[in-house]
Amino acid sequence: MLEVNNLECIRGDRSLFSELGFSLNSGELLHLLGHNGSGKTTLLRTLCGLIAPSQGSVNWNGKNIRRQREEFAADMLFLGHLNGIKADLTAVENLRILCQLDGLYVSEDDLWQVLKDMGLYGHEDLAVGVLSQGQKRRVTLARLLLSKSPLWLLDEPFTALDKAAVDFLQTVIASHVEGGGMVILTTHQDVALTTGEVKQLRLGWKKDGDV
Amino acid sequence: MFKAFYTVVMRDLLLAMRNRSDILTTLFFFIIAISLFPLGVGPELDTLREIAPGVFWVAALLASMLALERLFAIDYADGTLEQLLLTPQPTTVLVLAKVLAHWLITGVPLVLLSPLLGLQYDLSSEAIEALMLTLLLGTPSLSLIGAIGAALTLGLRGGGVLVSLLVLPLYIPVLIFGAGAVEATVSGLGGAGHVSMLGAIFLLSLVLAPLATVAALRVSAE
Repeated sequence: MLEVNNLECIRGDRSLFSELGFSLNSGELLHLLGHNGSGKTTLLRTLCGLIAPSQGSVNWNGKNIRRQREEFAADMLFLGHLNGIKADLTAVENLRILCQLDGLYVSEDDLWQVLKDMGLYGHEDLAVGVLSQGQKRRVTLARLLLSKSPLWLLDEPFTALDKAAVDFLQTVIASHVEGGGMVILTTHQDVALTTGEVKQLRLGWKKDGDV
Repeated sequence: MFKAFYTVVMRDLLLAMRNRSDILTTLFFFIIAISLFPLGVGPELDTLREIAPGVFWVAALLASMLALERLFAIDYADGTLEQLLLTPQPTTVLVLAKVLAHWLITGVPLVLLSPLLGLQYDLSSEAIEALMLTLLLGTPSLSLIGAIGAALTLGLRGGGVLVSLLVLPLYIPVLIFGAGAVEATVSGLGGAGHVSMLGAIFLLSLVLAPLATVAALRVSAE
């Protein structure tokens, strides 16, 4: 279970959010909403431990994540704005290295199968640098299919994806939540979940519709 | 943990193989910098023999610094660095792996090339031996210490210049004992003391530098 207590984050000299608290249980999805610059990415990076909060704490299973970095890292998968893949390596190589570092033992067949599922058939052994934006994103998102972590933190996962890929990703997220996983994501699209619980958290000070 | 270490080393070596121009620039810098001195100073063998240890070591220092920029900067730009920081592996181990790969790519070629370049300075086989030994012991320290500077200047504009300001002063002990060992060997005093000091610097930086680098990376990744 993820618990956030009295969280405050200051970037530059401006407080993005303060006294923020919520909790997330297994089988729940949290949809972060907010206008540009409201602190969605900062919140996600704080939750995954990249940014130290100015105040407050993030607890995973009752223990502060900063006191159990490696245990929490094994339970959490963070996909940010940057794809986190090397342009000079092929899709398979990228995925293999990321899995090995995550401590997952994935067979070679599984790697190829997952890339095929992500619609990258025929592109598995091309250098990722020559792929399109959307295809690169798909390589990154293939990690979701291999991940055994219960908590997924996804920052704008749908950017650059085509409609079919968005639908596929939605089903992947839905089945993860259905299987008892937890997802926190930011997106400006509507998230359709057939089962499980969708929570919403709105950051920022502007009303909907204001520019 | 060892698997993760091995994975990162192999990853960085593979990336270097795909991008060979990166290695070659450092190497050619080392070759050209060293070859310029006989042309500039003139072909007097006594002078050349005398300045050789200093020239080799200063060139090695500068070459190693040139390569530092690439140690973390590319990983930082494409997001693989933050993913490395979020893996369930000890970050110090991953940093050590990256530094080892960096040394294999940029340090070892310098050691291997030095005998050939030593011929330009009419170095005795004894001096060349000492030079190779000190480079072999000293260049890993350069990579380890340099990693701190590279991590601190991540994402800063003009980071390259800042790295040199941060790191060069820390390189001074390695320079003094590295060049000193060769000189002492040539003059017949025996360079064992200097070499021991180089070894001590290496061990010290092996223990402390990864910790400092990890702390710096965490700050830079925020």
